[in-house]
Amino acid sequence: MLARIGVRGGLRLDAHKERSTAAPIAVAPAPRVAVLPLDQHAGEAAIPIVSTGDTVAVGQPIARPGAELSAWLHAPISGRVVAIEPRPAAHRAGEASMSVVIANDGRETRYVPERSLSDYANITPLELREWIERGGIVGLGGAAFPTAVKLARATDRSALSLLLNGAECEPFISCDEMLMRERADDIVYGARVLLHALEADECVIALEDSSPQAADALRAALARADDARIRLVTVPTLYPVGGERQLITAVFGREVPSDGWPLDIGIVSQNVATAAAVARWIRDGEPLISRIVTVTGDGVARPRNLEARVGTPIAELIAACDGYTPRVERLLMGGTMMGIALPSDELAVVKATNCIVAASALDLQQRAPEMPCIRCGNCSEVCPAFLLPQQIHASARANDLAGLERYGLMDCIECGCCDYVCPSQIPLVERFRTAKPQLAAHLQARASARASRLRYENRRERLARLEAERRARLEEKRRLARQKV
Amino acid sequence: MTDLVGFIVIMALAGLAFVMQRAAARVGSEAARSVLIDRIDSLLPQTQCRRCTFEGCRPYATAIAEGRADINQCPPGGDETAAALARLLGRPAKKVDHRFGVMPDVPMVAMIDELACIGCTKCIQACPVDAIVGASRHMHTVIAAACTGCELCIPPCPVDCIAMRPASESVTEVIRLAPLPAAHMV
Repeated sequence: MLARIGVRGGLRLDAHKERSTAAPIAVAPAPRVAVLPLDQHAGEAAIPIVSTGDTVAVGQPIARPGAELSAWLHAPISGRVVAIEPRPAAHRAGEASMSVVIANDGRETRYVPERSLSDYANITPLELREWIERGGIVGLGGAAFPTAVKLARATDRSALSLLLNGAECEPFISCDEMLMRERADDIVYGARVLLHALEADECVIALEDSSPQAADALRAALARADDARIRLVTVPTLYPVGGERQLITAVFGREVPSDGWPLDIGIVSQNVATAAAVARWIRDGEPLISRIVTVTGDGVARPRNLEARVGTPIAELIAACDGYTPRVERLLMGGTMMGIALPSDELAVVKATNCIVAASALDLQQRAPEMPCIRCGNCSEVCPAFLLPQQIHASARANDLAGLERYGLMDCIECGCCDYVCPSQIPLVERFRTAKPQLAAHLQARASARASRLRYENRRERLARLEAERRARLEEKRRLARQKV
Repeated sequence: MTDLVGFIVIMALAGLAFVMQRAAARVGSEAARSVLIDRIDSLLPQTQCRRCTFEGCRPYATAIAEGRADINQCPPGGDETAAALARLLGRPAKKVDHRFGVMPDVPMVAMIDELACIGCTKCIQACPVDAIVGASRHMHTVIAAACTGCELCIPPCPVDCIAMRPASESVTEVIRLAPLPAAHMV
C-alpha cells in the first residue's frame, strides 16, 4: 500500500496518542534523590569525576566519557553525592548498573561553567562538535547513541543530508509529537546547529501525517527561522515507519545497506528531541539533564507528557499523573511493541526513557497458547525489513545457523509486526532475540577464523619472500666471487 | 590416393581433438581440486596449530583433498568440523581422533609472563599468525585477540614464560582485530 514511497510491510495500529496529548507538557517535580547510571548511553560507561560527599550544582558535569564511544553525564539537581554504587537500572530492566546517587538540597543552585558559547556560527564545526560532546547529548529516540560520536563519524563526507526523525517509534509514545507541537523553535535551532557541525546543507524533518498540529507548529517555526536548507516531509502513519532504516527509505527512497549505516548512503539521522536538546545546550547552556517522557496507559489516572529530570524515580512521574488506576497490571519502558517490562517503579528515568506505559489488560495483546506455523505468510507480508519470519523461525527451531544467516536474522529490527499478525500466536520476536546471540557468536568465530587465515597466509608469503631475497643475495655474492677468480 | 590423404587428415584431426580434450579435462580437474581445497579449508578453524601433523590448516585441507589425510585429525574443530567435512565429502561421519590432541573446555590464548621474558624472539618466529609482538632483547607480548591458541610458541621459549590462559580472562580481548589488507603486512 506504500509502494509509491518505497516502504513495505508494517501495520496500521491504534497509536493511543490522544490519551496523552490532551494536556500540554507539564514539568515534573525535581526528584528528592536522583539515581544516574553511568552506562545509560550506548558504548562504554562514563567515569565519575565527583566523589561521595561532594556538593554538586544543576548542570555540573559528574562523569566524563569512558572511551571513544561514551558520553558526559551532568547533575540534574543540586545537592550532595550520597553514593556511587551499583543500583537497579531501568535501561537494564532492573539489573544493577554503577550509578551516581545525588540527594536534592532543594536549592536549585546553577552550575556556572568556566567557558560559555556566545554564538555557534563563530566557531568551527570541529569546535562545535566538541561543545556538543560536553553537553552529554545522546540520541533521545531510544538508542542513546552519543551524538558527538555520530557527528564525528560523518566528517570528511560531502553531500550529507541530516534527517530529523519526528515519526514516533511506537504506539502509545507521544513525547516527540508534543515536543514538535510546543517546542518547534528548539528543533529548528538544533537543526541549524547540527547542519553547521556536519557542514551539511540539507535537512529533512520527517513526521507522520497523523500529527497535523505538530506539522503546523514546525511550519511556523521554519517560517520564523527562514532557513531554506530545512524542509518538512510527512510520511504515512504506519508502524514502524519511525524506525531509522524504515524512515530513511520512506523519505529518501533509498535503502540503508544491510551491513552498513545510514552514513554509508550519506545520511545522518537524529531524533527531533536530540536536536532540541542540542539547542538547549548550545543556546541556553543547559546540558542534557531532562527530557520529555510520555506517561500513559490505562493504568495511570491522568496520562500526559512530563518534562522529567534524568534520574527521577518512575513512581514520582506516576504520582505527577495522579497515580495508578486499579486496572494497572504491568509497567513498560518504551511502547507496547518493543518496550521492556520494568520490575519496579523505583527505577529512575534515564536519557533513553521516552515513554512509561502503565498497562492494563486492555492495553496488552492477550496471547493464546502457541500453535504450529501454518505457513500463511502473514508475517512476511508485514515485515518492514524484507525478511521471511516463517523461514527464520523454522531455521531457529532446527538450530540451523546457516539458515538463520541466509534468511537475514541479523536484519530483524524486532518490531513485533510478525508476532502481531501471527494466527498461530507464535512468539516470533522472542525466538529471534534468543537466536541472535547464537548467530552473532557463530559469525564472530567465522570472522576471526578468516582473520587468522589471512594473517597465516600473509606470514607465509612474507617468509617465502625473505627466503627468496636471501637466496638472491647469496647468489649475487657467489657470482661476484666467481668473477674475481 | 586422395582417400588415403583424407584418411590421414581425419585421423590426425581425431588425435588432436583427443589430446585437446585430455588437456582440457586436466585443467578442469585442477580447478575443481583447487575449489575443493578452498571449501575444505573454509570449514577448518584456522588455528594453524599443526595438531593434524600438517604445516597449517590449508596444507591439511590439501592433504584431505588428495586423500593423504583423514577428516578426523582436527581437535580444535572438534566433532562438528569432522561432521561438516564428512557432509562436504559425502563420507560417513567420524569423531575426532584424540591421538591428535585434546582441547581444553574453554578457548585459551597464550600469555607471556613479561617479567620473565628475555626478548629472544623465538616465540615470535614460532607464531603462525603473527600474534606476538616484540623486538630482540625487549619484552614480547601476545595480541590476545589475534591468538588462536595453537600453543606453538610454548616449546621454543627458553625460559618457559609462556602459559595458556582462558581467552575470557584476557584483558586485550576487547580489541577487535579487523582482517588487514595484505599490503599492511610486511
